[in-house]
Amino acid sequence: MRRGISIAAAVCALALTATACGSDDDEGSNGKAKDAKDISGSLTYWDTSDATTEAPVYKKLIADFEDKYPKIDVNYENIEFASIEQKFKSAAKTGKGAPDVMRADVGLIPEYASLHYIAPLDGTLALKGGTEDFTEGPLNTTKYQGKTYGVPSVTDTLGILYNKKLFKKAGVEKAPTTWDEFIETSKTIKKKTGVEGTYLNPDSYFLLPFLYGEGTDLADTRTKKITINSPEAVKAVTTAKKVYDQASAKVDFANAYDNMQTSFKNGEVAMLIQGPWSVTDDLSGKAFKGDEGNLGFAPVPAGSTGKPQAPTGGHDLTVYQGSKNLDAAYLFTQFMTSSKSQQKIAAETATLPTRESAYTPEVTKDARIKGFHPIMKSARPRVALPQVGSLFTPLVQQYTKILQGDVSVKSGLDAAAKDFKKLLPGYTISS
Amino acid sequence: MVAPVVIVLAVLVLYPLGYGFYLSLTNANEANVARDIGAFHAPATYEMVGLDNYWSILSGADGDFYPRLTWTIVWTVSCVALHIAIGMGLALLLNRKMRAKLLYRALLILPWAVPAFVGVFAWRLMLNSQYGVFNEMITAVGLPAQNWLATPFAQKVAVIMVNVWIGVPFNMVALLGGLQSIPKELYEASEMDGASPWQRFVNVTLPGLRPVTNTVVLLGCIWTFNMFAVIYLLLGQNTTGEADILVTFAFRKAFTGVSDYSGAATYGIVILALLLAFSTFYRRRQLKTEQA
Repeated sequence: MRRGISIAAAVCALALTATACGSDDDEGSNGKAKDAKDISGSLTYWDTSDATTEAPVYKKLIADFEDKYPKIDVNYENIEFASIEQKFKSAAKTGKGAPDVMRADVGLIPEYASLHYIAPLDGTLALKGGTEDFTEGPLNTTKYQGKTYGVPSVTDTLGILYNKKLFKKAGVEKAPTTWDEFIETSKTIKKKTGVEGTYLNPDSYFLLPFLYGEGTDLADTRTKKITINSPEAVKAVTTAKKVYDQASAKVDFANAYDNMQTSFKNGEVAMLIQGPWSVTDDLSGKAFKGDEGNLGFAPVPAGSTGKPQAPTGGHDLTVYQGSKNLDAAYLFTQFMTSSKSQQKIAAETATLPTRESAYTPEVTKDARIKGFHPIMKSARPRVALPQVGSLFTPLVQQYTKILQGDVSVKSGLDAAAKDFKKLLPGYTISS
Repeated sequence: MVAPVVIVLAVLVLYPLGYGFYLSLTNANEANVARDIGAFHAPATYEMVGLDNYWSILSGADGDFYPRLTWTIVWTVSCVALHIAIGMGLALLLNRKMRAKLLYRALLILPWAVPAFVGVFAWRLMLNSQYGVFNEMITAVGLPAQNWLATPFAQKVAVIMVNVWIGVPFNMVALLGGLQSIPKELYEASEMDGASPWQRFVNVTLPGLRPVTNTVVLLGCIWTFNMFAVIYLLLGQNTTGEADILVTFAFRKAFTGVSDYSGAATYGIVILALLLAFSTFYRRRQLKTEQA
């Protein structure tokens, strides 16, 4: 019944303009149709944005929302990105303490959707106004088996971040466009400046551009095949190993990410494969502080397909299926992902909006957004499997062994494929 | 009159245990258990699979169990041996007459007072190969920098080291208490008989400590076998998984991606069975030596 009402409201909203819809107020109070203004109650929102640099903007937006819809009360909770998955899942299972709306990493959408933790949003207030305005990459992350389970809120992908001064010092004119060039550039920089060319992040997420560059992925959902040990994947990981052996600074496997950031910020490493989320942190380091123009942006190097491709990351707003106040949750989701809200968020936090209309001149004035906006064209969604989160664990274990030289590329990937098979019943191994 | 005890036991121990055992006989995971989420209702679709889970683990078919078990045993034995040896050494040092004894004792207990995760993170910072204090110290005297947490072997050494650091204080305090309860007369008498310090240690101190060491070893084995924080937190996520002991492995099963409840429950029951077998065997042997 409740969904019926909200669909009616959404249809009304779609058919008429927002102001015309206001004339339904009387009808709404009779319980026949519900207008946004009539929704009341309280809802809880779990946010994973950075608590010091980003959260204040979200809190300000929530205050605007409460001003606009005084009958709705929003409880804001900031939850650490690393712990939200477990926290949400245990709450969602029992229905106790789960939030009504949550900001979820795009990689988690298929898993949550397949477990029915999050509500399908097609035809609800959350997607009022349609989805044409959303950038294709982020919009693709919200789909699972033909339905939409999230509204894109912020997006990102991987690209090359580089230190322009070090490039200049080494006489390198532009960022590399293939992995071979990437290795050459790194060697040149090391030779000419004494500074390490790059720092390879040994995490499996950062392996994806190599795989995509060869036109392959972890698995293929259409043919139900595990492709992590396909000839293309072997080629991709062989390239990654070559980058590690010939071009990268020495990696500390237990502290890889932190060390990668610190060395880049300090100017001890000239270029990284990194995402826009790191840029604020990069600019705080001594290599870029007060000299933001020193940071260069480029798409990830291309593999033999010739097309640079990196995973689409970012966050979607999702609505908990068991929410006691679905209407308010949909409305809130719509408000927080509206073009106006996204512009505000982007302007203050330099995160990338998911709506084309949010890339206003004012927003793209920020060098960080301007740098990454064109790179978003190379973003592609991860394979939409509920198990995708679980697949990364065996992959990272084998990838680490391969990089450390304990196993060959082929046998490491074969072992990973065997572990994938345990997690993906019904799938066959490609080779 | 035993009713309250029975109820408390049933609620706190038997029910969760029984439920865990039940899960281990099924193929339950997060996607096939019964769920009621708002308007959505899913009935349970998991099935009883009998002892399949146990068979796949114990026959080695899953390929994970025996390597994890071997390393868990190596880890437990080396940690407990070092705990006792170093704890004993420090206890003997502190059991002498000296000034500022309280201060030394307080300092030596300090690692125990630090919450485990704080200690572990501090070690992780110190062991950082690029920015850690250890490498700064050894490069300062001209030695090459080491990658302390890089390879599986280095990681194994590191987790043992950190766990020893965390566990020694408890062993020291327990053994110190044991030392102080040994009657002075025994030492005096053996000295009169012309026993050397080493003979006094072997024939008076060690037997006198036996009740304490027996308990400390048993507790230490159980704790170390199930020590989660050190391994999970020190190594982070970019590892080969070879330094995972049985509990951290079971945790990853239960808490990454779509949770594998039955697999994790089976590991839990196997761990419990191993520890029960060990404690029973250990107690029995202990009784035998006491009677002898």
